[in-house]
Amino acid sequence: MKSPLKVKNLTVAYEKKTVLKNISFEIPEGKLIGIIGPNGAGKSTLIKSILGLVPSLTGTVEIYGKIPKMQRNLIGYVPQRESVDWDFPTDVLDVVIMGQYGHLGWFKRPGRQEKELALNCLKQVGMDSFSNRQISQLSGGQQQRVFLARALAQKAQLYFMDEPFVGVDAVTEKTIISLLNDLKEQGKTVLVVHHDLNTVKEYFDWVILLNEELIEIGETKKVFTKAYLQKTYGGKLMMLDAD
Amino acid sequence: MSTDFWIILIGTLVACSCSLVGCFLLLRKMSMMGDAISHAILPGIVIATLMMGSRNSLAIIIFASLFGLITVFLIQMFQQSGIQSDAAIGIVFTGLFAIGVILVSLFARQTGIDLDCVLFGEIAYAPWRRFSIAGIDLGPQALWTVGPVFLLSLACIGLFYKQFKICSFDPIMASLLGIPVLFFHYLLMALTSFTAVAAFESVGVILVVGMLIVPPATAYLLTEKLSKMILISMLIGTLSAIGGYYLAVFLNSSISACMVFISGILFALTFLFSPTHGTITKKWSIRG
Amino acid sequence: MWLQLIQDPNLRWILLGSIFLGLSSGVIGCFTYLRKQSLLGDAVAHSTLPGVALAFMITGSRNLWGLLLGALGTSLLATFLISYVTRKSRIKQDASLGIILSVFFSLGLMLLTIIQHSSRGNQSGLDKFLFGQAASMVRSDVNTIVIVSIFLLFICAVFFKELKLLCFDFEFAKGLGLPVILLDHLIMLLMVIVVVTGIQIVGVILMVALLITPATAARYWTDKLHVMVIISASFGVISGAIGTLISANVRNLPTGPVVVLIAVCLFVFSLLFAPKRGLVVKLLLRKKLRFLQQNQLLQQELEMEAKHEY
Repeated sequence: MKSPLKVKNLTVAYEKKTVLKNISFEIPEGKLIGIIGPNGAGKSTLIKSILGLVPSLTGTVEIYGKIPKMQRNLIGYVPQRESVDWDFPTDVLDVVIMGQYGHLGWFKRPGRQEKELALNCLKQVGMDSFSNRQISQLSGGQQQRVFLARALAQKAQLYFMDEPFVGVDAVTEKTIISLLNDLKEQGKTVLVVHHDLNTVKEYFDWVILLNEELIEIGETKKVFTKAYLQKTYGGKLMMLDAD
Repeated sequence: MSTDFWIILIGTLVACSCSLVGCFLLLRKMSMMGDAISHAILPGIVIATLMMGSRNSLAIIIFASLFGLITVFLIQMFQQSGIQSDAAIGIVFTGLFAIGVILVSLFARQTGIDLDCVLFGEIAYAPWRRFSIAGIDLGPQALWTVGPVFLLSLACIGLFYKQFKICSFDPIMASLLGIPVLFFHYLLMALTSFTAVAAFESVGVILVVGMLIVPPATAYLLTEKLSKMILISMLIGTLSAIGGYYLAVFLNSSISACMVFISGILFALTFLFSPTHGTITKKWSIRG
Repeated sequence: MWLQLIQDPNLRWILLGSIFLGLSSGVIGCFTYLRKQSLLGDAVAHSTLPGVALAFMITGSRNLWGLLLGALGTSLLATFLISYVTRKSRIKQDASLGIILSVFFSLGLMLLTIIQHSSRGNQSGLDKFLFGQAASMVRSDVNTIVIVSIFLLFICAVFFKELKLLCFDFEFAKGLGLPVILLDHLIMLLMVIVVVTGIQIVGVILMVALLITPATAARYWTDKLHVMVIISASFGVISGAIGTLISANVRNLPTGPVVVLIAVCLFVFSLLFAPKRGLVVKLLLRKKLRFLQQNQLLQQELEMEAKHEY
């Protein structure tokens, strides 16, 4: 069985500074994996370079054995909320339908099938009553859920999420994590850039500890320890309950 | 067909063409890029006219539009090499426009283009510069440059509506879905160039820039649906063309300038009184 | 031939005006560049036109002070409206700039054509404000430019430290308690004044280039503000002087585009050949970085092979 994601010797540099140094790892299927590290560690950059959104200096990426460009139909992406202008004249349903554009080819227009799938995805995130709402009228948590629904509409096997829990209300947070667990049960794999150390143990099976270099990767209970965290955060960390 | 009618029709076609493209430029925060392209095509128009004579509109459109694409390419290159993005736009279009103005000044006799024409176009004379095939008069020449370009834009945007929409809203997601974002970006820029070149000779720079920005911005404040925004923008553009023409007649002033000015008035009214976004409307609703 | 030209006393005065304009726009252009307000200069310049036209219509005279006052009035109004529209609606700054620019400019052109069609029309000389005509300046015009430029440079010198902090570390400046909003407004005011004085030489449409191009070119040569200001001012002076000389001696050639062209040449030269940031240098640096990177990887693999052999 091929690994959903295999990264080898990935190095990313911006101007004269290396942001990611020689990253290599492989992840198993069907897990929720948190990417943890201090600010500026390159967590977002890691996802973006895997997806080809940011150029890399060296390295190879394999998604189920092939390069990402050839596996577009297997990849889902939930970006940070700020990546989009929410004043754009469109509604919630439309945004989710956009997630299916990849399947429509050059000339086909979205039809009833696409609309139904979109409504379904919105239901899974608890936003189906908002389907005709203008996106400029959404709260932070609602925006996040719409992005999530759009990623679901991509019908992927491997999901990448960039800080989905930042600035969302408790209800949204519960909805998201329950959804992620549903995905896991369906055998899908989810990589999440995460910022809140307090919830790592509860949410993720595996963690990737990152600070420009790969510090460690593995099961949360083995890797999310005081020693490794100190190494990741360089001693700037104070944890009240490490184990 | 009275001259009033032809002039208003040409103004309307320019406005509608510009609305199609301008709405997407606005949403992608590239309004000033539209301004830049409209200025930077000038050297292309002069050179093309010198080389091919002023009757050969199709060749002029294609050649001058190349300058539009070169502009976009240069601006992006500079932005990526670390120049502050506004400055990159400013340098490229003023440089090219300056070259154009010098060419116009030096070759005004040979090309029949003078500086006034650059700014205002010759929309007042447009009804008399006719286009004919095999001796059959088919109407003003301007109609046959702006008209086809409008239809081309309509076809492209209609055909690829979903691509233009997602590339404007979320280009990152678009590229992940396999949509060739760069292709559609350059397609939009090409359509902008074609529109600017086609309109240039008849209405001049100011009207093109004005119609690319002001009616779309007005429509932006009136609706939450992209398709409606484009239609409303065309409507506003048409009203500006009509109102502007009659204002120019009344004041004995430049037709192109008046059309832009009227679009500005419509924008101001919308800014204040738009049912959903008007500043005064919002104040009233808080009180009431 | 060129020496003979400079012997012409009238041309010498005009040259002085262009030099001082290049100086002050080069300096102020640095601040507007660093504050990312380059295109605001374009909107400001275009919006001076209705002010000039109105001043002419009201006073009936071509007195420069009157025209400049009109220009100042409408351009300040435009600056206010641009930020007002951006703040009070969902319209973003780039579109706001574009709207005010086109509408004000169209109003200016409307008024200009009305004036031209009227009886006093042909003597208005107002169309020189579109593309600039240094050669039509009289001595009092030059005096105005020199005085205003010296004043602007004086203000920049007095507030240099504060402006430097504002440009390079906005948050820090705010934290220190500097009146950052006022300082930003100061830069905008200085920019408006330099634009208003410059439009008779370079013209409304291309004035913005004199603000943007020398400063951007200077940026390629240094990271230090005072050096950037000096280089930018020098580029401004060179562009203004050479542009004026050329346009004064070719018939029917407006000054604006020639000045801009010289400035652009200086910019392209800087773009290519400046040490550290020039394209030529950067290309070489990237090759070196990649080479080093691959060298490092190669070394690592060799080390790993050596370990396995044990």
